[in-house]
Amino acid sequence: MAMANPLLQVRNLVVEFPTRRGTLTAVDDISFDIAEGEVLGVVGESGAGKSMTGAAVIGLLEPPGRIASGEVLLEGRRIDNLPYEKMRRIRGKEIGAIFQDPLTSLNPLYSIGRQLTETIMTHTDMTPTQARARAVELLAEVGIPAPERRVDQYPHQFSGGMRQRVVIALALCVNPRLIIADEPTTALDVSIQAQIIALLKRLCREHGTAVMLVTHDMGVIAETADRVAVMYAGRIAEIGPVREVIKNAKHPYTHGLMGSIPAIGHDADRLEQIPGSMPRLTDIPPGCAFNPRCLHAFDRCRRDRPELIAVDDGQVSCWLYDTAAGRTTAEAKAIVASRSGTAMERADG
Amino acid sequence: MVAFIIRRFIQSLFVMFVVALVSFAMFQFIGDPVNQMVGIETSLAERAALRERLGLNDPIVVQFWHFIVNAVSGDFGISYQHKRPVADMLLERLPATLELSAVSALFSLLVGIPMGVYTGLNRDGFLAKVFLTVSLIGISLPTFLIGILLIFLFSVTLANAPAISVFGLFAIDPSVLQLPSFGRGTVVDLGGWRTGLLTADGLKALIMPSITLGLFQLTLIMRLVRSEMLEVLRTDYIKFARARGLANRAINFGHALKNTLVPVITITGLQIGSIIAFAIITETVFQWPGMGQMFLQAVQNVDIPIMAAYLMLIAFFFVVINLIVDMLYYVVDPRLRVDTGKATGHG
Repeated sequence: MAMANPLLQVRNLVVEFPTRRGTLTAVDDISFDIAEGEVLGVVGESGAGKSMTGAAVIGLLEPPGRIASGEVLLEGRRIDNLPYEKMRRIRGKEIGAIFQDPLTSLNPLYSIGRQLTETIMTHTDMTPTQARARAVELLAEVGIPAPERRVDQYPHQFSGGMRQRVVIALALCVNPRLIIADEPTTALDVSIQAQIIALLKRLCREHGTAVMLVTHDMGVIAETADRVAVMYAGRIAEIGPVREVIKNAKHPYTHGLMGSIPAIGHDADRLEQIPGSMPRLTDIPPGCAFNPRCLHAFDRCRRDRPELIAVDDGQVSCWLYDTAAGRTTAEAKAIVASRSGTAMERADG
Repeated sequence: MVAFIIRRFIQSLFVMFVVALVSFAMFQFIGDPVNQMVGIETSLAERAALRERLGLNDPIVVQFWHFIVNAVSGDFGISYQHKRPVADMLLERLPATLELSAVSALFSLLVGIPMGVYTGLNRDGFLAKVFLTVSLIGISLPTFLIGILLIFLFSVTLANAPAISVFGLFAIDPSVLQLPSFGRGTVVDLGGWRTGLLTADGLKALIMPSITLGLFQLTLIMRLVRSEMLEVLRTDYIKFARARGLANRAINFGHALKNTLVPVITITGLQIGSIIAFAIITETVFQWPGMGQMFLQAVQNVDIPIMAAYLMLIAFFFVVINLIVDMLYYVVDPRLRVDTGKATGHG
C-alpha cells in the first residue's frame, strides 16, 4: 500500500546475529511503512522477530545483533546508519519506546520525577523548575492521581498498572512522532490491560503520535491498530488494514492464527490449531518459511520464497495469490478458507 | 528507621558482649599471668599477694564483671610486659593504624571502582583484559610478598640503580623514585593524634604500605563492581534509559553505577574491618608503628591484656562499620525506607 508521506519507512531490513554456529537471521528482508499518527500492530509468535524489528528501528539491537542490510527512514532521513550520539538524540525525542515489563523499566533508585525531568532536560532546554512542572502535568495526563505528591515517590510505591502509566509518560514526555510499544500490556493484569491500551490510544490520538505496537495479543491489535503486520520466522506473512486481516485473513498462517483464538458466544467444539511449531532460526526451510505447516503448500512454496503481493488493500506473501498462476484472488481465498489441502497438493502427493 | 537502628544497636551490644567473653577467657586459659609478670626469684608469698591484688582469686563471674565494667570505662588493665595501661598504649598507636587503613581503603575504592566500571563497560577491550589479568595477581599474591617485592623494587633496586642517560641529553636519577621501606616518616602531633598526613615525608612513607594493604581490596572491589555493572547493564531500566535517549555518562554513572552500590557498600564495609585487622602483616613488613605490630609483639610475649584489648577494639570497629553500612543502605536504596508508604492506587 503506497502512502503519501510515510513517517517511518522500513526497507528490506535484515537483522542478523552472528553466533559460534553461524549467522542467524532474526529479521529476514522485511519492508513496511507507518504513516503519521497511524497505529501499526505487529503480531507473531515469540521468536518471529517482531521485538527485534522494533529494536532495530530505534537502534537498540542487543549486540552481537546487527542490521545486516536494508534501510530505516524517519521522515525520509536514514536513521539506521547514524552514529551513536546522533541516534541517541532521536531516541526519546522523535522515537519513544515502551517496554514489556513496567516493573523493571524504571530505575528503582530514582524518584519518578527525577526520571521524568532528566528525560525532559536531555531533549529540551527547560530549566529544572519547568521540567518538574511538565513532569507533574504529564503524570496528570496519564491519569495518576495526586501527581504533585506522586512525582517525588519511587517506582516501588506504584502498582504495576501505575508504573506502566509512568512509563507511557516517560515515552511521551517530549512528544515523539513515533512510539515503539513492545508488548506494553503483557505483564499486566487483564483488567488493567484494557485501561493501559485505552490510555495509549487516546494519548497518541491527541498528540498525533504514530505507534508501532508489538504484541502477540490479537485482541489488543483488533482494538487499537489501524493496520497490522503478521510476522512469521522473521518475515512478514501478511500486512493490511486490521479489519481485513482479522475478518478475512489471506495468508494460511494468519488464517490458522485467527482460527486458534477462542471467541465468546461462538460455539465450537475444538479450537483449530496449526500443526507443528514455528521453525527455529537455525533451520528455516527453503521457499516459504511456513510451508511445512501449511495445509495448502505446493511445489513452488518449497522452492521459492514468496514476495509480498498486493491483494485488496493489503499485501500477502503467499504463492496462492501469484497472478501468474492464473488464479483469481477469490479462488485463492477460498483455498485458504477450506480446511483441506489444495487440489494441487493432492495431485503432487 | 529509628526502630531499626535501635534493634541493630542492641545486636551490636550482644556481639560486643560475646567478644568480651572470648577476650576474658584468654586470661583464664593462656597460662598463669602471674608467671608472666614476675621473675624466677619471686617468692611464693609475693606471688600470692600479687594474685590477690590483681583479683585473680575472685570467682570467675566476678572477674568477668570487673573486666566488663573496666572495659566500658576504657580501662583494659596493665600490660604485663610494659607495665603501662594498655588503653594508653593502644591509643598511642591507633592513629598509625587508622591512617594506614584509611589511606589504603581510599586507594582501593578510588582506583577499584573506576577500574571496575571501565572493565564492565568495555568488556572485550584490551585494557580491560589487562586489568583483569593483573587483578588475578593481586588476588593470589599474599600481602607480605607484595610488600617485600615493593621494598625490593622501590627501596633497594632504585636506591642502587645508576642514573639513566636519555640520548645523552639529560640524565634521570632513578633514586628520586626511591621510597622509605620502614616507619612512618615525620609525624606531627595534633593534640595526641600523631599524624603522618601533614608532611611530605610522612605521606611518602604511607605509599608502599597502603598499596600493599589495599591491593587485595582493590582487585576485589574492581571485580565486584565489574560483575555488578555487567548485571545492571542488562536490566530493563538501563535499556529503557537508552530508549529515552539519555547520555551515556548519565546512564553509566547515574543509573548503572548507583545500582551496583549496595553490594559494593556491603563488601567495602566488611573489607575496611579486614584492612584494620589485617594491617598486622603489613605493619610487620614495613615496621609500621601501629596496633598490629604491637599485637604481634604481645602474642610473642603472652601479654594477654594487650591481646584482649586489641581483640575488643577490632570487634568494636567491625560492629561500628557494619552499623554504618546498614544505615548507608537506607541512603542508597529507597525501597528500604518502608515508612515512606507502600504501593498504592488501583491499576
